[in-house]
Amino acid sequence: MRAAVVVFPGSNCDHDTYYVLKDLLGIETDLLWYRETQLDRYDLIVLPGGFSYGDYLRAGAIARFAPVVQALPEYVAKSRGIVLGICNGFQILTEAGLLPGALTRNISQKFICKTVKLRVENNATPLTQLFEYGEIIELPIAHGEGRYLAPQETLERLKRNRQILLKYYGENPNGSMENIAAIMDETGTVFGMMPHPERNSERIFGTGDGLKIFQSLVGALGFVRV
Amino acid sequence: MTKLELAQQHGLSQNEYETICARLGRDPNEIELGLFALNWSEHCSYKTSKRFLKLLPTTGRRVVQGPGENAGVIELENDWCVAFKVESHNHPSAVEPFHGAATGVGGIIRDILSMGARPIALLDSLRFGDLTPHPSGSPLPRRGEGTGVRVKSLFVGVVAGISHYGNCVGVPTVGGDIYFEDCYTDNCLVNVMCVGLLKKSELKRAIAAGVGNKILLVGARTGRDGIHGATFASEDLVGETEAKRPNVQVGDPFTAKSLIEATLEVCRFPELVGLQDLGAGGLSTAPAEMAARGGVGIALDIEEIPLRDPTMTPYEILLSESQERMVLCVKAGSEQKFLQTFRKWGLEAAVIGEVIPERVYRVRHEGRTIAEVPIELLVGGPHPQPLPDTGRGPSPLAPLPWVSHGRGTPARQGEGLSWPDRLRALLRSPTIASKRWVWEQYDHTVQTNTVIGPGAHDAALLRIKGERFGIAVTMGGNGRYCQLDPYEGGVRAICEAVHNLVSVGAEPLGITDCLNFANPTDPEVLWSFEQTIRGMAQAARAFELPFVSGNVSFYNQSEERKIYPTPVVGMVGLLRDLEQRVPMGFQREGDLIYLVGKLAPSPLWLPSPSEGRGDGGEGGEGLMKVGGSEFLKVFYNFVGGELEKTDLGLEVKLTKALLEAARRGLIASAHDVSDGGLLVALAEKSFAKGLGARLELEDLSEEYLFGEWPTRFVVTVHPEDDSVFREILGSVPYRRLGRVGGSALELGGQSVPIEELFRIYESALPEGLR
Repeated sequence: MRAAVVVFPGSNCDHDTYYVLKDLLGIETDLLWYRETQLDRYDLIVLPGGFSYGDYLRAGAIARFAPVVQALPEYVAKSRGIVLGICNGFQILTEAGLLPGALTRNISQKFICKTVKLRVENNATPLTQLFEYGEIIELPIAHGEGRYLAPQETLERLKRNRQILLKYYGENPNGSMENIAAIMDETGTVFGMMPHPERNSERIFGTGDGLKIFQSLVGALGFVRV
Repeated sequence: MTKLELAQQHGLSQNEYETICARLGRDPNEIELGLFALNWSEHCSYKTSKRFLKLLPTTGRRVVQGPGENAGVIELENDWCVAFKVESHNHPSAVEPFHGAATGVGGIIRDILSMGARPIALLDSLRFGDLTPHPSGSPLPRRGEGTGVRVKSLFVGVVAGISHYGNCVGVPTVGGDIYFEDCYTDNCLVNVMCVGLLKKSELKRAIAAGVGNKILLVGARTGRDGIHGATFASEDLVGETEAKRPNVQVGDPFTAKSLIEATLEVCRFPELVGLQDLGAGGLSTAPAEMAARGGVGIALDIEEIPLRDPTMTPYEILLSESQERMVLCVKAGSEQKFLQTFRKWGLEAAVIGEVIPERVYRVRHEGRTIAEVPIELLVGGPHPQPLPDTGRGPSPLAPLPWVSHGRGTPARQGEGLSWPDRLRALLRSPTIASKRWVWEQYDHTVQTNTVIGPGAHDAALLRIKGERFGIAVTMGGNGRYCQLDPYEGGVRAICEAVHNLVSVGAEPLGITDCLNFANPTDPEVLWSFEQTIRGMAQAARAFELPFVSGNVSFYNQSEERKIYPTPVVGMVGLLRDLEQRVPMGFQREGDLIYLVGKLAPSPLWLPSPSEGRGDGGEGGEGLMKVGGSEFLKVFYNFVGGELEKTDLGLEVKLTKALLEAARRGLIASAHDVSDGGLLVALAEKSFAKGLGARLELEDLSEEYLFGEWPTRFVVTVHPEDDSVFREILGSVPYRRLGRVGGSALELGGQSVPIEELFRIYESALPEGLR
């Protein structure tokens, strides 16, 4: 299998995510410059966290026009592989219309960096298959614009289709509707999450729950490729 | 206006102006005056401070790069090195807190980058006025009144600026400290430290060499912002600060992030001769300094510089302090590959000049020379001015003139308050209370190296991917101690940083410092400056620690207030095995709690009026040397008292013993006792896991429970390790304070639930800001 971690100017979790995929999981991984449009060789494409284009204007609003993001709809349409957006990557995917809803300024109006508890709402997905249903896991968040908002009918559809994968548990740090922290699209191949799994992928940083996110994806991809 | 008046308007003295004319053999033109004004400013030339800075030790076997470059470099293990330095951005932050603080972060990051190092951590030491004015009935003049709103807006703005810039640029903010004191009301302090990681073979220097080699300017375009920033930093903060706003630069962390990546890419090119960031003084200082180091000259072609506004004059271009710019010297013929790399990252890049054999700084406009001055004259700075005699400082017991109450003793009031009430009050003090409100706004986990982050311990701890060892970093300094006794305050600033690293189990390796002082033409200020440095130097020598970089910030005063002498010490340490890291908090029920080091303060002998210093116990009345303690300020509104002198022999013995015990895995937890004293330290140790302590102390006086005196830690030890631990302590004094257990602090028949203390500790700062 081959993975790509996209590098936009301003990405700052690209190397962290690369490290987990390449060094911890031993997957062939490329750092993919944002101008690339040849995506078919990749089974997994990660849009990492950071501040692409400085988050100027609005988080993800400029990156959505980057060539690599423009090439994503085709990649998704032919079910070539999995797309995961983490934090800024999630923001880009909503801006690009590949995931529903929007990520807006935290209700506190402040950037928040802390470890939060999350509840697994659907464990029958490539992102979460290694967790128990209802399991409480811990992942760090670090964002200023993570408040998930969507029209009521979108929320109903997300719930009906079990597209909500992780919800903040105990405390909602940013004011997200329905405590939403991670969702997927209707095809089950595009994922977006505000928490940073790459920041809790080793025991020295805590529970190591983040590594299971990547391991879930890798396991699922073995299935997808057959 | 005469040329002399013009020179004086540029901040040059008549003496300095005459030196320039004599050395040039002519009058300098306006551009040249601007060049001298910046290069000879206190901020850039250290003209007042450098003779004192020579007192600091700067060598050691791990020193790869000492003072003189953009940052100091210390060797760790396996060819890995750390580059680190601290810089102040005090005046810009006092005028425009958001951008002032943000550009402070940006500037120090580029200093680290100039060494060829990837920035891996930021720390901030911040000083603001009192958040809440003094309580009514205070014996002090109520100067704090009416300033609360301004202090809050500065505080909130500075934190937002650091958060904005540091988070976006992708460097974790892992530590620092914050104090609130009236003296910082008008002139807040924003000191930022950056730590970078590099292999020894990757070290770069800020040098220009090789006649014909090219000078490149990369990063952002040059604009009109920050003109005269360095001269602004070299005068008192007086008058309408709003009028100084144009002197403050504007930061662009997105460009900075791209600049980091592009610069680290070109650092691998063998054709790179040297690089330096453009900080204070912009193009008028950096290329000149590079040429001075290389023993060459430099010629700049002003029309080649990418501008934001094409109508800028050469004078404005040279003096601009626009952010996110670097200067590179590269081998002739290799320019294109450098330019391409920066352009790939969406950055400006241009060849703006070349290295020349004549040792001059030459500015050309379309081939015509419009300014030319000798490099050595420009960079060497003015001859040191005759300074006021610093030998005539205040006599040891005379009150310093600007100490509110001198060195007397406070009126004994508030007797009868129980220790739980006093502990609650201290935990509520903004200086002691949890700073979570601040550091949760900083991304402290990006780069996935932060093993111990802010608020969790005395120092932060970083790992290096693929290595066993860790890097411990700390930054801080208590200005109040230096106000009362600058020499002892200097000693303590070093010791405190050492303690912070030792608490984690890390061996201290090197020092960077930022010396924040008021106007040095005031003999008293200069005296305190010298005393502080002498104290720091003595302590550093005792620990055999080198100063590898540093910064001096003078003129931190307004018409009404001078800041306390405030040295801020940054220190880096090595933890050989991350698995041996020592936590701060109580770990296990039944563990033994020890106070180790200096167990009690000495009695305070009051001077008898006729004989000066008394030598008997008659004046003491049980008072102890706990001057400068937070409890004196919180309970008595009193900033004063005499400081216990640090016993550096004991310091060294104690810290060595603790490191040895940590290496052998005998210490379950460790925390140094500093601001707030013993009970505050014990409370902080209980917060980690909600585990309490059953304490057996004989002395329940407030001096003992809350007094601040140096050289002590609270550590816990598993009972089975007890005898070996005490063996290692050897002759280091220790006292058993009790055992870990329960969910409350219990002492002398009274107890307070940890949960309640924690709530107070956590809510104080957010409530103070409301």
